[in-house]
Amino acid sequence: MDRLNDGHIVKSYDGELEHLHCLVLEIGGLVIHQVSEALAAFKSRDPELAQKIIAMDNEVDRLEVQADDAVSKIIAKRWPLSSDLRLVIAASKSVSDLERIGDEAVRIAGMVIQLFGSESSEPNTLMLRDINRIGNLALISLRNAVEIFDVWDEEKAMRVIGSHREMEEEFQGDLRHLLTYVLEDYRNIGFAISVILVIKALERIGHHAHNLAEHVLFRVHGEDIRSRQPFQDG
Amino acid sequence: MTTHMYPNLSLENNELDNFGGGRDFRGISRVYDRSTATRDQSIVEDEKTVGEWDADSPRITCRQVDVHYGAKLAIDKISLDIGRNEVISFIGPSGCGKSTLLRCLNRMNDTISGCRVRGEIKLDNEDIYRDDIDVVPLRAKVGMVFQKPNPFPKSIFENVAYGPRIHGLASSKEELAELVEISLRRAGLWDEVKDYLGHPGTGLSGGQQQRLCIARTIAVNPEVILMDEPCSALDPIATARIEQLIDELRELYTIVIVTHSMQQAARVSQRTAYFHMGKLIEVGETANVFTKPLHKLTDDYISGRFG
Repeated sequence: MDRLNDGHIVKSYDGELEHLHCLVLEIGGLVIHQVSEALAAFKSRDPELAQKIIAMDNEVDRLEVQADDAVSKIIAKRWPLSSDLRLVIAASKSVSDLERIGDEAVRIAGMVIQLFGSESSEPNTLMLRDINRIGNLALISLRNAVEIFDVWDEEKAMRVIGSHREMEEEFQGDLRHLLTYVLEDYRNIGFAISVILVIKALERIGHHAHNLAEHVLFRVHGEDIRSRQPFQDG
Repeated sequence: MTTHMYPNLSLENNELDNFGGGRDFRGISRVYDRSTATRDQSIVEDEKTVGEWDADSPRITCRQVDVHYGAKLAIDKISLDIGRNEVISFIGPSGCGKSTLLRCLNRMNDTISGCRVRGEIKLDNEDIYRDDIDVVPLRAKVGMVFQKPNPFPKSIFENVAYGPRIHGLASSKEELAELVEISLRRAGLWDEVKDYLGHPGTGLSGGQQQRLCIARTIAVNPEVILMDEPCSALDPIATARIEQLIDELRELYTIVIVTHSMQQAARVSQRTAYFHMGKLIEVGETANVFTKPLHKLTDDYISGRFG
């Protein structure tokens, strides 16, 4: 992997690529925090924490603008080729995926406020268990995906891509599971829909983490493996 | 709608789709086969040529070509095919042998004392280094455009008419005039000079002079056009005109271009050959060479890490 990090003759070019790489990792760190706090807010039924998560989105947006700017400046100034070109493309795509992960975390935080913001009704705790399980899967995928973007670890990237199937199965299982509560007592339907929206947001987070791993593989190999989609072939 | 000097850039033209060599990576197994292949080969650091050095229907074939300048080995056992109707670019650091190989292709090196060429170079299956080959018709078949535009100190018309006249390609004045017009049109210069054909060629701008030299080369009906850094003395607009011209001319001729501009090679050529210290390191589809080169030396050179 060292060969990807050999220095350029023009040293400032290295600095610009490094800056872009760090920006992506910084956004990655921020959205990991957003997602784990969103899950914590759900667990502790804490609308105040949820507000903080929503406020963090401004910072993610600000860094996204910076990263986009870095990408266009590098392309305009350096005309990157080969692994540099692939880094710039991978960084640019990863930033959009990360930004969307942040949006999903905000969506979850919004549900926390909606569900626990007033004393209206006591939620069904059994239904919340599903959120914990799929939430942990999504968070692990996301943590791994951001980490491999740092070290360009292709084997781990393959594992993140492979784990996506488990995530999809969990999601489908949860849907069936939640449906049984609704069938049992139709008054559960409002709460079940909220939980489904949260689970869907977590499933999207897992999907974006999967995309991040694909961008890492593209950077390392120069091949686009998106067509593979392991979760659809079975 | 504004049109680019490069029609390739406008949306209705699907040329851009070709940037990727028309390969289909949708087959899953193929993706994995290729990515492993890429990974294994990318650590190749020896000096065997990697990539597709051969072509299906070659116009020129080079086999085990060695070139010495006196005792110095300038080119070391290079084998390379140049396909019909393709633009191939030769890239590499100064002194890597790319211009030397280019000059071998029309025996331009014959004029340099101490230069010895070994191996085999064939044009349309005919050995161009055979003893009984006359280099004058060879150089008409394989024309050359140089770095600095070098029109003859004669009129624009005479610059283009000179070649056809000495090669006896026109039987009448009218035919000659027609040939001059066709050549100037193909070189994209006709509209700019048609009213000034009697003016000296040296009075044109640099970019126009270069297109005049291309018209002069075209006039003798070549099969191959060799270009040795044809745009390095030109401004970006004149460069764009020449690049557009290269794109049009490849329908009719085989074009070999030596360039120091990576972006130019990426824009104008379908295949790219990378040379390093007299060796041919890598040949492949241009899109692949610039996005995922196989050899570390190629990668380092094109991304500016060479040091």
